[in-house]
Amino acid sequence: MKGFIIKEFFHIFRDRRSLIILFGMPIVQILLFGFAITNEIRNVNIAILDKARDASSERIVEKMLASGYFIIDSYLESENEIESIFRQGKIKAVVVFGPNLERNLGAGDTGAVQVIADATDPNTANTIASYAASVVRDYQAEINPDVALPLQIIPEVRMVYNPELKGVFMFIPGTMTIILMLVSAMMTSISIAREKETGTMEVLLVSPLKPVQVVAGKVLPYILLASINAAVILLLGYFVFKMPMQGSLIALLGTTLLFIITALSLGILISTVAHTQQMAMMISLMGLMLPTIMLSGFVFPVDSMPWPLRVLSNVIPAKWFILILKGLMLKGVSITYLWKEVLILVLMTVALIGLSVKKYAIRLA
Amino acid sequence: MKTIYHLLRKEFRQIFRNRTMLPILFVMPAVQLLVLSFAATFEVRNIRLHIVDNDQSTFSRELTNKFLVSDHFTLTGVSFSGKVATDDMQRYNTDVILHIPAHFERDLVRNQQAQLLLAINAIDGAAAAVENVYATSIIQDFNENIRIRMADEVPLTSSRPKVFSVSQSFWFNPELDYKTFMVPGILVLLITMIAVFLAGMNIVREKEIGTLEQINVTPIKKHQFIIGKLLPFWLLALVELGLGLLMCWIIFGIGVAGSIWLIFLFASVYLLVVLGIGFFISNFANTQQQAMFLSWFFMVVFILMSGLFTPIESMPSWAQVITEFNPVRYFVEVMRMVMLKSAELSDILPQLTRLLVYALVMNGLAVAGYKKVA
Amino acid sequence: MTASEPIISVEGLTKKFGSFTAVNAISFQVMRGEIFGFLGANGAGKTTAMKILIGISRPTSGKATVAGYDIYKDTEQIKKSIGYMSQRFSLYNDLTIRENIEFFGGIYGLTTREIRDKAEALVEKLGLRDKFNRPISDLPLGWKQKLAFSVALLHDPKIIFLDEPTGGVDPVTRRMFWNMIYEAAYRGVTIFVTTHYMDEAEYCDRVSMMVDGKIEALDSPARLKEMYGVNSMNDVFLRLARNQTRAEIA
Repeated sequence: MKGFIIKEFFHIFRDRRSLIILFGMPIVQILLFGFAITNEIRNVNIAILDKARDASSERIVEKMLASGYFIIDSYLESENEIESIFRQGKIKAVVVFGPNLERNLGAGDTGAVQVIADATDPNTANTIASYAASVVRDYQAEINPDVALPLQIIPEVRMVYNPELKGVFMFIPGTMTIILMLVSAMMTSISIAREKETGTMEVLLVSPLKPVQVVAGKVLPYILLASINAAVILLLGYFVFKMPMQGSLIALLGTTLLFIITALSLGILISTVAHTQQMAMMISLMGLMLPTIMLSGFVFPVDSMPWPLRVLSNVIPAKWFILILKGLMLKGVSITYLWKEVLILVLMTVALIGLSVKKYAIRLA
Repeated sequence: MKTIYHLLRKEFRQIFRNRTMLPILFVMPAVQLLVLSFAATFEVRNIRLHIVDNDQSTFSRELTNKFLVSDHFTLTGVSFSGKVATDDMQRYNTDVILHIPAHFERDLVRNQQAQLLLAINAIDGAAAAVENVYATSIIQDFNENIRIRMADEVPLTSSRPKVFSVSQSFWFNPELDYKTFMVPGILVLLITMIAVFLAGMNIVREKEIGTLEQINVTPIKKHQFIIGKLLPFWLLALVELGLGLLMCWIIFGIGVAGSIWLIFLFASVYLLVVLGIGFFISNFANTQQQAMFLSWFFMVVFILMSGLFTPIESMPSWAQVITEFNPVRYFVEVMRMVMLKSAELSDILPQLTRLLVYALVMNGLAVAGYKKVA
Repeated sequence: MTASEPIISVEGLTKKFGSFTAVNAISFQVMRGEIFGFLGANGAGKTTAMKILIGISRPTSGKATVAGYDIYKDTEQIKKSIGYMSQRFSLYNDLTIRENIEFFGGIYGLTTREIRDKAEALVEKLGLRDKFNRPISDLPLGWKQKLAFSVALLHDPKIIFLDEPTGGVDPVTRRMFWNMIYEAAYRGVTIFVTTHYMDEAEYCDRVSMMVDGKIEALDSPARLKEMYGVNSMNDVFLRLARNQTRAEIA
């Protein structure tokens, strides 16, 4: 049995290219998420159609520039140009100042400012519109120093758990989950399918090793790989991104191990239905990884999805593990608060293993 | 030429005879288009709100009511203690806590100012920012509202204030439907995955089985082999694109505002690049698993940095430079431009020319890297 | 039988992988029309040498011509004149017999009519008519080998290279396979076959024995047995291989 496990290890470590990708990928992903990818709206190219060309419009444009959100790309001459510059794609919004701005203000009329946004990206459009409106409001307060607005409600906004609104906190638990899935489920299923494909599986089954030992031997190296990967990701998050580790470290390691086993049992189940490596790969990729990425809450918030998808996401083990990770790491919650999530993972694991055992028994009979 | 014909015929026969491939080629992308289009949204909905109203006044009840009737928020808890609310958030049930302190109305009327507390679960920083915008705009609305009502009772100041009116106009997607934005990009994603994964793995599979060696001993020339391998998947991907566009139109009501031919023209060039990349990768992989991992790696990086999910403008400048070499970025841009804004050939020319160059380079590299003689 | 002229000429052929010399300056000739056995233990270098001759591996040094073409400059010409049956397998499992024939015939430039006629003849001879439209994967191993051999001969090559063609097949089928080889040789095709079954060496006109990258013996089986005073090629091999230093490489 020991020889068998050693052979498995050699097999994996000889495949240097796969290993490099396996360890390099999460690092690159996290670095990208941490430094390059963000949902914030910045550096938006806008154009100005200034029919007033007076002190007010100039001042407002200055303030917009100063806010840091906008880049003033060009000045337009007429409305006709708007459609074509939107079509070219670079400009996301046009700020139009109505004629005679100053004069209207002085006479007690309202100064007309219009924000025309390219709403193909609704989030950006919405955000730009509200940023622009707030710059104008600012200016309005500036030129009306004597008028104090009555009945001022002042909301105090407190951002809990993540005051700097760092995006990376979302992605570290998510990336960890995906990588664990990749190693524990996908690689395991491919490895077992490979033995089946080359015919060596039968040799193993005929040997004095019991089927349970065969499977365990196949699976053990991947547990190690997955654990190392998880550790690397956590350390990276902690040291490079200052990801907090509020909760109990033991609980974290324990639940990670639990999830690895859950993913492994998924991999084993897949291998019972896949006859070739290609099949195992395709099923793992399309039937496991992609739904996990889409529906686990890793990238897209589950609560914003239509209800059939919300229901579906409960079936995905990754979703529960991500909840556990966020709770433990970011909120510092004690494990007792998370009993529901942990229980669900345990039940899933038991069910998966049971199913795999049944399938194996049927095939061997 | 005849050689290429035979290569193509063999390839197509193999593809269509492969029982597991066919559902993957056609059913899987369709399912994913559906699921992903509904799942991929950064809109924030069903925000779980916990209200602590320690004032129980007319004003406070009016304000909390505005939150209750809002589409964005869902009430999940009411209490009289900040501690209960915080506990709730700790247990993961709450996104936003609205805490109205006692004497809110009294302070507002007497001192012209009052405070309240908004605590937002900021684990998802981006969502928290949006939740903040929603909540504060409801509060501001309410503020404006009571100001106007009380206007009669408040003495006019001597000088009339100078007021601006800011109006907003949203073009191309007036309902701000996130799906309209995402679906074209998702189509790009699916087509790309098919091209890269299947084409690359296909070649490596022949390597693994040993039939590649056999091909190398025949008089088949390098470029014939490559065309024979790439063309079937090129055609398949284009067919899928067509089907995908049809689905978009029928299911999501998202039609092509611009010219469909333009889309196919661009897609043809794009697929050459992407298939070339898949082929290039296959030169480095000896097993299907390696090919898959390499492809996966590149795909993830390309997709994340393509502007599909997060804006390219928001990236730091070094990252933006990297995206200039990302073919996916260009296709996503062009898809959105042509489908949603009726862009014309002149508008997409910069992207098109870049991809043409890219295609030449990539396929040249792939051909050069393929060795019939080791 | 045509006059004896060399159709493969090898001189000082060497192939190194880094510091490892797989093929060490071998020289030999193969005469047109003969059945030439290229023997040796696993790891002795015979597959590497063969890969050079069929034009998919470039030698480190040395000269060779195959069917009159130089292995450095004219590999594409060589490929038009030879057939090859690989160790692992050479037909597409998921395609039918007919589709495989159509493919290989087509890429060697045979016309549709030629392909059709040859397919007829082939299928008739092998008695596989009822399986003509069934995928190769349906056939048992022995039939696959025979089919692969026939397909390799479709374009009437001058030489056919066989790399361990009878691996894993029962003795009766092996015998039948060698009958096919005889037939082809009778028609003038030169056969270059590698094998580690020493009894098959008896079927060849001449054999060469590679040990540790070098050719240690080259002659007809009869004369080799005489030279070493033994009764079977197996014993000849044991004599030669006793001193081999290279362990079996998987």
